[in-house]
Amino acid sequence: METVLALLTGTMVAGSVFLMLGKNLVRFIFGLMLASNAVNLLIFAAGRPDTSRPPLIPQGSLQPVAAVANSLPQALILTAIVIGFALLAFIFILFLRAYQQLGTVDTEAMTNSESGNQDTAPSERPRP
Amino acid sequence: MQRTESIIFARLTALLPLAIFAGLCSRVPAAVGGGAIFFSWDWIPGIGVNLDVAVDGLSVLFGLIITGTGVFVVLFSADYMAGHRYYVRFFAFLHLFLLSMIGLVLADNLITLFVFWELTTVLSYLLIGFDNKNESARSHARQALLVTGAGGLVLLIGFLMIGGIVDTYRISALAEQARLLQRQTNYLFILAMVLIGAFTKSAQFPFHFWLPNAMAAPTPISAFLHSATMVKAGIYLLARFHPVLGGTEAWMGTLVGVGGVTALLGAILAVGQSDLKRMLAYTTIMALGILVMFLGGKTTPALTAAVTFLLVHSLYKSALFLVVGIIDHETGTRQIESIGGLIRSMPMTTFGAATAAMSMAGFPLFLGFIGKEIMYAGALTEEMFPAFATTAAVLSNALMAAIAGIIAIRPFLGPPRQTPRAPHEAPIGMWLGPATIGALGLVFGIFPDWVGRWLIQPAVSAFHPTVEPVQLKLFHGFNEPLLLSFLTMGLGLGLYLVRRSIRGWLADRMARLPVTGDRLYEMGMAATARTAAGLTRFIQNGSLHRYLLTIIGVFTLATAGIWALNATTRPGLLHLPSLPLAQWLLVTLMAAALGVVVVARSRVLAVCALGVIGSGAALIFLVYGAPDLALTQLLVETLTLIIVAIVLLRLPSLDKTAGLHSPGRWFDALVAVGVGTLVAALTLAVTGGPLDRQLTDFFEQNSAIAAHGRNIVNVILVDFRSLDTLGELVVVATAGLAGFSLLARRRR
Repeated sequence: METVLALLTGTMVAGSVFLMLGKNLVRFIFGLMLASNAVNLLIFAAGRPDTSRPPLIPQGSLQPVAAVANSLPQALILTAIVIGFALLAFIFILFLRAYQQLGTVDTEAMTNSESGNQDTAPSERPRP
Repeated sequence: MQRTESIIFARLTALLPLAIFAGLCSRVPAAVGGGAIFFSWDWIPGIGVNLDVAVDGLSVLFGLIITGTGVFVVLFSADYMAGHRYYVRFFAFLHLFLLSMIGLVLADNLITLFVFWELTTVLSYLLIGFDNKNESARSHARQALLVTGAGGLVLLIGFLMIGGIVDTYRISALAEQARLLQRQTNYLFILAMVLIGAFTKSAQFPFHFWLPNAMAAPTPISAFLHSATMVKAGIYLLARFHPVLGGTEAWMGTLVGVGGVTALLGAILAVGQSDLKRMLAYTTIMALGILVMFLGGKTTPALTAAVTFLLVHSLYKSALFLVVGIIDHETGTRQIESIGGLIRSMPMTTFGAATAAMSMAGFPLFLGFIGKEIMYAGALTEEMFPAFATTAAVLSNALMAAIAGIIAIRPFLGPPRQTPRAPHEAPIGMWLGPATIGALGLVFGIFPDWVGRWLIQPAVSAFHPTVEPVQLKLFHGFNEPLLLSFLTMGLGLGLYLVRRSIRGWLADRMARLPVTGDRLYEMGMAATARTAAGLTRFIQNGSLHRYLLTIIGVFTLATAGIWALNATTRPGLLHLPSLPLAQWLLVTLMAAALGVVVVARSRVLAVCALGVIGSGAALIFLVYGAPDLALTQLLVETLTLIIVAIVLLRLPSLDKTAGLHSPGRWFDALVAVGVGTLVAALTLAVTGGPLDRQLTDFFEQNSAIAAHGRNIVNVILVDFRSLDTLGELVVVATAGLAGFSLLARRRR
């Protein structure tokens, strides 16, 4: 399965990067969601998924009785999923605000960090 | 503090240089015998950097000049700077500079010397720009800092190379390694590094332009730093390195050539000035040029001439600067044509000016006369270009005599003129310095043997051991140098008489010069600023597309490059595993959904396809023994879709620019495929290697025993790695708060 997951991950990364390199914020969000999923699958593949038995310890035993799935990558992915979700939720709101403020979803039109003359350094601006 | 009290306190600080002066005087008898004392304190002994101190004839002479003028400069400043906003700061800088300068001439370790060298540069910067409300003072201070600071860094390169070759930073140990150093193939490079350091500090052509601009400093600072001490640091360095790097043709040719050109240029430019202070600045450049020229020689007369002139110049130049400071302070102007007849109102100042100027012009009985005689004797014995050296010395001295006349005769004799302030004698603290130093030029001139034996000869023998020292005498007899002296006086008198027409002609010429060091510096500064602005515009152009392209491109190329260079195995053919049909279908479905997301022109379609991919991942987790992951993934996928749906409703519908509609997108696709291939290849390489199950085994062994949990993944999250989970929660909370605040700002 690792081979297939590796290929799938690579394809997802390619699609995600292509979307993020586009100039549309909405497609950028799609790219970010794809990247988040791709990385999770990558970690999963690195843990060698080779069994369908979950990492549980049966009652009356102190250790797993047979070979179980690798628990370490699962713990990592669980954290990654939640953090990825928090990041996505924040990015959605940020982009929404950016669109409401600037009236465009074209990233090339959002080049000014602040409204006004972008070539003026803060120190050169006239003091109030 | 009351004003008079602060003046008295400032005067008392002159005790510091006075104490050092007395201490150095006690070393004079030992130095005459050729003795040197060494101290050493460990600083960074591991790399040979220590606070090594050596006191020999050369350091004693420089130290006496520094502290001697220092005493009078402090006394002068106490009145001159009275009432200044930064009165205390001024004296703090002044004394710090004085101590740094003493450290420089006493240091016996290359690195220690460099540290003091740069300290003097920094303090010079602070003192030139002392009038910090003045834009031109600030820019001139910056210019001096950049020129001498850059020279200092070049010097450090030379020092480190020397240290690397002889395996010590002790300066006193370098002379015996001179043959080794001079045989090195990169001797010329080391020499160039050291000379550039000395030339920038001592304002040699083509780095001379910063010194006249440094006259933006308060006048006592110009007298102290920029004529008597700091600019002599380069001279000191050349004298110190004379036995180490000197004596070669490259050394002699460079020093005589550069020094001679600097001397002539400084003298000519000095005549073209009408501001007294700038005029003195150019004569300082001239004097520094002469010193460098004579340090280029290797005969005893030439080197004795250098050391004698060093003392002569320090005496008369600091006195004259202080006189100009008094004139400026008491009349309110420094313009030569607007001052006259000051002898009536300022007798003591006139005495200082007259004695100093007569020493400068080289009148008999003054130390300057003896300095000039020795100079000619030295020039005639130079090994390289004696004719050039003699001509440069005669011409410079003639111009110097003319300038001495301009400075000492014009302002003091003749009818009094209307000045911004009515002139009156300065307070004693101010005229004491020039009068004493000027008188010293006369006393030393009458008893030259005394100065020669106690100060000059020990200094020369410290860097040029000789059996036959040159005696300083009041009268050396009728010989070539005396003839040249008469010639100089005649030329000087002639130049003085035609000074006005020369000044006009020179000022006209100078305005038309196509290239000057100053202008080159300005162009360099402007070019640096332009390049920086252009680079910033190129790198930080605000285009998200370009940022991403750069990050991803660098990641792909660097990773692939390093991997290719270090690869131990060749990639083999892919062996696709035999999987159940259902799993193949699942993966195919996800790949197809991916294609849909990439080319979709409808938001709803893209979101549905993303849902397929997310759910597909959940199914993979479920099949391969990760039910917790599957559960979380499905939950998060659902929540994400809800949020996306809410947000998308407020964003405009997708434009119709999906896919490869332009050459730029083809390039993007190429980059995307490149990074995708790299990630796939890396994952394959990782999964093809051995798996380290140490941690997994630990968790499996200890979950039930140590943490009393049977779901190993959950135990890891809430027990073994609970701090990580806390961090994760903080991230979620922070993201929620940040998102909330963004939305809340909208409602207000």
